[in-house]
Amino acid sequence: MKVDRRSFLSFVIGGAAGTALSPLPWKLMDDSSIWSQMWPWTPVPPDGEVVYEDSTCSLCPGGCGITVRKIDNRAVKIEGKPGHPVNDGGICILGLSGLQMLYGPTRIKAPMKRMGERGAGKWQKISWDEALGMLTEKLTAIREREEAHTVAAIAGSDQGTVPALLARFMAAFGSPNFIRTPSYQDTDELAVGTLFGEAGRTGFDLENADYILSFGSGIADGWGSPVRMIKACSLWKEKRVPVVQVDPRLSNSAAKATRWVPITPGTEADLALGIAAVMIAKNLVGSGAVSGLGGIKNTLLTDYAPEKVSLSTGVSVEAIVEIAKDFARANRPLALCGRGKAQSPESLRETAAVYLLNGLTGNVNQEGGMWAIAPADYIQWPEVARDKAASAGLRQPRFDGAGSGQYANARHLLQRLPDGLNGNGPYPIQVLMVADANPCHSLHDAAAFKAALDKIPFIVSFSSFNDETAAMADLLLPDHVYLERYADVPVAAGLPSQTIGLSKPVVSPQFNTRHLGETLINLAQAVGGSVAESFPWKNYETCLQETLADKWDVLMQKGVWVDDDFATAGSSLQMAALDTPAVEIEGDAGTFPLLLMPYDSIRISSGYIGDTPFMIKTVADTVIKGKDGFVEINPQTAGEMGLSEGDLATLTTPRGEAPVRVHLFEGIKPGVIAMAKGLGHTAYDGFLADKGINVNELIGPVEDPSSGLDAAWGIRAKLAKA
Amino acid sequence: MSTLDEKATEVMDDDSAHAKGANESGASGYIILFFIIGFAASMVLGWVAFPKLLYSQKQQPFSFNHAMHVAEVNNGCESCHFFRDDGSFSGIPKLAQCTGCHDETMGESEAEATFVEQYVWEEREVPWYSYSRQPDCVFFSHAAHVVGAKMDCVTCHGHIGESESSRPYEYNRITGYSRDIWGKNIAGLKKNSWDRMKMDDCAQCHKEAGIVHTSSVQTKRDACFVCHK
Ligand code: SF4
Repeated sequence: MKVDRRSFLSFVIGGAAGTALSPLPWKLMDDSSIWSQMWPWTPVPPDGEVVYEDSTCSLCPGGCGITVRKIDNRAVKIEGKPGHPVNDGGICILGLSGLQMLYGPTRIKAPMKRMGERGAGKWQKISWDEALGMLTEKLTAIREREEAHTVAAIAGSDQGTVPALLARFMAAFGSPNFIRTPSYQDTDELAVGTLFGEAGRTGFDLENADYILSFGSGIADGWGSPVRMIKACSLWKEKRVPVVQVDPRLSNSAAKATRWVPITPGTEADLALGIAAVMIAKNLVGSGAVSGLGGIKNTLLTDYAPEKVSLSTGVSVEAIVEIAKDFARANRPLALCGRGKAQSPESLRETAAVYLLNGLTGNVNQEGGMWAIAPADYIQWPEVARDKAASAGLRQPRFDGAGSGQYANARHLLQRLPDGLNGNGPYPIQVLMVADANPCHSLHDAAAFKAALDKIPFIVSFSSFNDETAAMADLLLPDHVYLERYADVPVAAGLPSQTIGLSKPVVSPQFNTRHLGETLINLAQAVGGSVAESFPWKNYETCLQETLADKWDVLMQKGVWVDDDFATAGSSLQMAALDTPAVEIEGDAGTFPLLLMPYDSIRISSGYIGDTPFMIKTVADTVIKGKDGFVEINPQTAGEMGLSEGDLATLTTPRGEAPVRVHLFEGIKPGVIAMAKGLGHTAYDGFLADKGINVNELIGPVEDPSSGLDAAWGIRAKLAKA
Repeated sequence: MSTLDEKATEVMDDDSAHAKGANESGASGYIILFFIIGFAASMVLGWVAFPKLLYSQKQQPFSFNHAMHVAEVNNGCESCHFFRDDGSFSGIPKLAQCTGCHDETMGESEAEATFVEQYVWEEREVPWYSYSRQPDCVFFSHAAHVVGAKMDCVTCHGHIGESESSRPYEYNRITGYSRDIWGKNIAGLKKNSWDRMKMDDCAQCHKEAGIVHTSSVQTKRDACFVCHK
């Protein structure tokens, strides 16, 4: 048989006919179309039972109630909890995208020890036993040498049981060095102490106020409890409450306000005192509202006459007088301060001046007014036990100098750490523990802080995230994130009440992490002696439950405990003197003709918590574009310097230099330039790292002469076309 | 005519000369034979080999006896495959539903031992393969069909409740979907309503119930978005 071409062709034709009559082509066609409509690599979330779990958000000091929607055991959506006293169903962009913190790529998944050079990112996973063993060994040796004071801890807050356990651990161990990261809370506490004579904080009854005068507070940009503020802004619009925003820059808050008062940066205190002077001159002051007013009256009237104030602030005399009259004549006026999100300390002079305005209207400790609120006192633990090593350590001065000498008024002065470590401190630091804080990014002159860490032989980070400070650690003992754990969340943030929220585990821990409270209890028990004695709790949950006592049941049921009938910190405001010095700005105007100010945006998280991938996508491309960060400049100033929109330029300050792009913005004063806070990360993930510039590396700390707090609000700068 | 065309004719002539040289009747016999071989081979490929190649089989984690469980419970299928309070359908039961009875091994079977030792005691959910999972682009509500239209389970799922062991799970290598969706019969023929669960099968039923399913103004039938959200 010879297979020739015809036979072959007929074989093929037969094959084709057979194929056409078989299901093969038709089924293949159908399957490929199905395949191409639903790519198998497209992630599809698994189906399951829908449940809702209530908890409290602690990504910022706001303390909002949240409801987390879950499909089986996977959290899929965070919503604001309706009816919650803080946020009543609202949520901010950070709280909304909190699941990216839980499931995202920035988590530290297990305890780890450093392998390569510090900061090189080489780690080895170890067990919790080994990790705690390592730390216990170091701490015990230090204690035996009676050098307990050479251990320091940096915490993002001192409110609530978790930070309190860390502070307690330090005290029981024998170190005076529990240091809180700087925030407006420092200034507020200082101002309340100075003006009311008692410890406490302020609270503002914003919802019942009928006139708002904000000195740079980002009322729509994340100040206080951000969701509450956004709701208050809407309420004011509805009730036609006038909102006056004093701001050198047309921030979102200024844009939303009834009236924007552009001001020469750094002269806010002058304006506040000028308004006070007009109120006094025009007899618009509530009688006996402020004690000690007589002593300062003449100085106010002469030194802060509208004409003088107008010269320094750049606000017209008419505007000053008009605002003073409107403010004084309102029934329940409120003046606010704390720039932007109020995440940095402010000058005491400015804060006291603004609180004085509230005092002058007599609108203090009453509905619609400013409240001075005594500190929350629900944490009632027995005194720490002190053995010899602890007593010896606690006799030493604090490393940052807070609480004594020229810094007698301050409680925490983290910005003094680098200087101390570089040879000017009272003793060396052998171990540093960092919890809920990222000072290597969020502190002024962050680069200097990071460099100074070289002087500390052992650094422990409790961070849940791979942040800049965790990157510099030697040992990582990762905490759960807020959605995986119990914690009390006392909410201050300007609330006129004592409010405690409860964070509950919404999902079980995703990785091999451990609750910081638990870690501290374990550590105390391992160190033994009087340290263990001070930590009698079996575990953190028992500690929390015992501490909250009768509040526990309310919190488990409602998720929040509110006391409107709280104790006040003093009843009336006493003004002693007006000679508190102003906070100067660093740099000389000759070399650095411009003034650089950082600004806050609700779309950029700039504290311990970094921006989520979702948030960073919402940042305008006039703030970051690709990897480039922008600096805002008035078109007039830009014109003088030959710069136009989008130009590359070099920004130089006395502290550093950075390449930036230029964004022309009519809403900023000529001569002033502004940059968003919270960018320029080097750690975290590909969504956040290497985007924009960290403005904190360009600004150095400037101490408020009256407190020692780092109240830098900007720095002198120059810009040159690249 | 150009030279080129002439050459072409030459070649053709040459070719036909060749053909003439061969045995004419034998050649046509071969041609038919080869046609039949080609035809038969492709039929075998398309009807027998292709389905084997296209579908892959997996065994369920262990065998499940529906018949025995149905006899034990009071409420038929709904005893285990129930509707949740929010109206959503629970589908394949979770471990928690089984552990009420199965916290210890019951009986002697191998499947029972596997279940209790590897899943119940380990607190692991059983990774069952679902025979009837619709493609991801389909929105299917059990409530609308079972509660709303009062359909019974058998209409779509057949007599699975009477099965005494789990048959292998077959899935399409290209699409990844269960064979039960396209139908066991490779020609796409069906005898029973539960033999196939493709769009046409849904559409057929929706067409028959035409009085209530008229969400599309144009076709007076169900609109696309009823099932494809
Ligand atoms: S405002 Fe703060 S507490 Fe509230 S949801 Fe946003 S991040 Fe969370």
